[in-house]
Amino acid sequence: MTQTLSSPDHASSLVDPDERRGGTGTLRFVLTRIGGALASVVLVIVLGFFLFRMLPGDPVSFMIRDRPTSPQQLAELREQLGVDKPMLSQFFNYLGGLLHGDFGTSYLERRPVLDMIGERLWPTVLLVGSATVLAVAIGLWLGIRAAWKHDSFFDRAQTGIALTLWSVPQFWLGLILLVVTNGVFPSRGMHSPDAAPGFLPQTLDVLHHLILPCLTLLAVFYAQYMLIMRSSLLGEMNADYLTTARAKGLRDDLVRRRHAVPNALLPTVTLVFMQFGMVVSGAVTVEAVFSWPGLGQLVYTSLHGPDLPVLQGVFVVLAGSVVLMNLLAELLYRVLDPRVRTT
Amino acid sequence: MTTTENAAESPRAIAWRRRRASIAKTWHEFASQKPGLIGLICLGVTVLAALLMPVLSDESGLDVTKATGGPLNPPSAQYWLGTDIDGRSVLLMTLWGTRVSLLVGFSATLLSVLIGTLIGITAAHFGGWVSAILLRFTDFFLVLPSLVLAIALSAVMRQGIGTIIVAIGVTAWPSTARLVRAQTLTIESRPYIERAKALGGGHLHIVGKHVLPGVMPLVLANTTLVVGNSIIADATLSFLGVGDPNAVSWGAMLETALNNGAVSKGAWWNLLPPGIAIVLVVLFFTLVGRGLETVLNPRLKGQRS
Repeated sequence: MTQTLSSPDHASSLVDPDERRGGTGTLRFVLTRIGGALASVVLVIVLGFFLFRMLPGDPVSFMIRDRPTSPQQLAELREQLGVDKPMLSQFFNYLGGLLHGDFGTSYLERRPVLDMIGERLWPTVLLVGSATVLAVAIGLWLGIRAAWKHDSFFDRAQTGIALTLWSVPQFWLGLILLVVTNGVFPSRGMHSPDAAPGFLPQTLDVLHHLILPCLTLLAVFYAQYMLIMRSSLLGEMNADYLTTARAKGLRDDLVRRRHAVPNALLPTVTLVFMQFGMVVSGAVTVEAVFSWPGLGQLVYTSLHGPDLPVLQGVFVVLAGSVVLMNLLAELLYRVLDPRVRTT
Repeated sequence: MTTTENAAESPRAIAWRRRRASIAKTWHEFASQKPGLIGLICLGVTVLAALLMPVLSDESGLDVTKATGGPLNPPSAQYWLGTDIDGRSVLLMTLWGTRVSLLVGFSATLLSVLIGTLIGITAAHFGGWVSAILLRFTDFFLVLPSLVLAIALSAVMRQGIGTIIVAIGVTAWPSTARLVRAQTLTIESRPYIERAKALGGGHLHIVGKHVLPGVMPLVLANTTLVVGNSIIADATLSFLGVGDPNAVSWGAMLETALNNGAVSKGAWWNLLPPGIAIVLVVLFFTLVGRGLETVLNPRLKGQRS
């Protein structure tokens, strides 16, 4: 029964005297967070390794299923891939390889996985980046308007549209956009073979290809940011400092811009980073629909093998980047919100 | 109720009477909100229709070899929503697809809510290092791109509906776990828990008799919202081609439409029905879930925004 009195929750709330003074507290905070993120990355790698070893049968018999192979060749292939060794030693080999930037070799293309990921990385960054920037901008703007005119027609209509878009599967929205635009925009890939050489025509060509996938991602994600911004601003609406600002005689949009929005922005900014995992998941399906040559399409094409080393590599890269984004969010929150710093 | 009646009742009967009264009160509050009620009615009709499909229609129309229509015929008097590439009725396939979607949606949700509730209650009830490890674990899964993990899982397991259910179930639990943990902490800080402990109640008694009934309402509201997500995840996974290749599901219908030329030929009647079906079912679940949440979540009570 004394458990309630001496629970560790209470112990940890007794603040270290150093932490009160700032300096070392911040350093400690940053170091614990980085440590936590590193632990998560290690967990991602461990999970990635053992997840893809759950497969019944070994990858070698899968690779040679169509070709006649002598037992000797089989043994050689096993040795080459390292699957003849015990699981734990395989794991340490894999870990050592990762540290040297070796993600293994693709079963289907017989190329280093890292090269394949490297080729596919930038298209995904372009797609996800442009969609996120637009979604954040549009979502925040609409969310602020909706909350400020709370319960107005604009608010109701916007919330309704956002909630509906939120329940739409992304790949379906992509398919509908393809049918509706009916050939105005290219339906596949990132480059057309007949585009003129030179920087400007090439850029325009990529943009032309980018519009539909970007729009698809945007339509679903802006809703999330809008709803978060709206509820966050609604929480500030009755705050005393806003009454004070109004009493000072400030114009309505000044009260909104200078006083209400900065405070409401805090939780939203970090959520943008936190949602990154979902954006990545969305990118996978959208890239599959539009054959956008990014990591998502690599996942899609590798699924039909299944090309396990590639899937494993992409999994580690995507999950790792999500962990890093969350670390950024936590650090950013500390910088942005002075209240967190002092307590 | 008079006092004499109370005296005659056993403690168990009193507890049940209180529970019944609170369920009735919750139902009244829920029924007074129009969106939630409409969602519930529509959902009831959908579930009933899905269950009665074998009685209402002929399953042989789903067989590719017995298809009677031409490929990609537009809607006509015989095929109200046209035909797919194999000449099957899109209307029939969409209606039958409800069964797979609801089956996967409910089973995957059940699995994820079970895992989430178990981990959430354990983390909150035992505290200490158990809690620290479980929380770390939950946060890890919370940030992981769940679709990518689900794809990985379904790639290494046998293709089929069971695989999809497991893949969604084991990736969707973290938000439930967090919610349950928070609610358990609130409940365990109340005096009656301390009283139960002082009377010698063990872990099982406290969790089973006091924590679980207190957590259940929130879990119920959360479950309804999770079903919607699971249905979308199911459609996405089937669309990516990791589902059961023989099952008629909305995701698989859309995959066929993309890969067999329905999209490039502008055959909208192959795209709209399954997609709208997904949106509607998810919308029904969302309406019911939000309705339940406003009634059951003490934080939202009184502030309807």
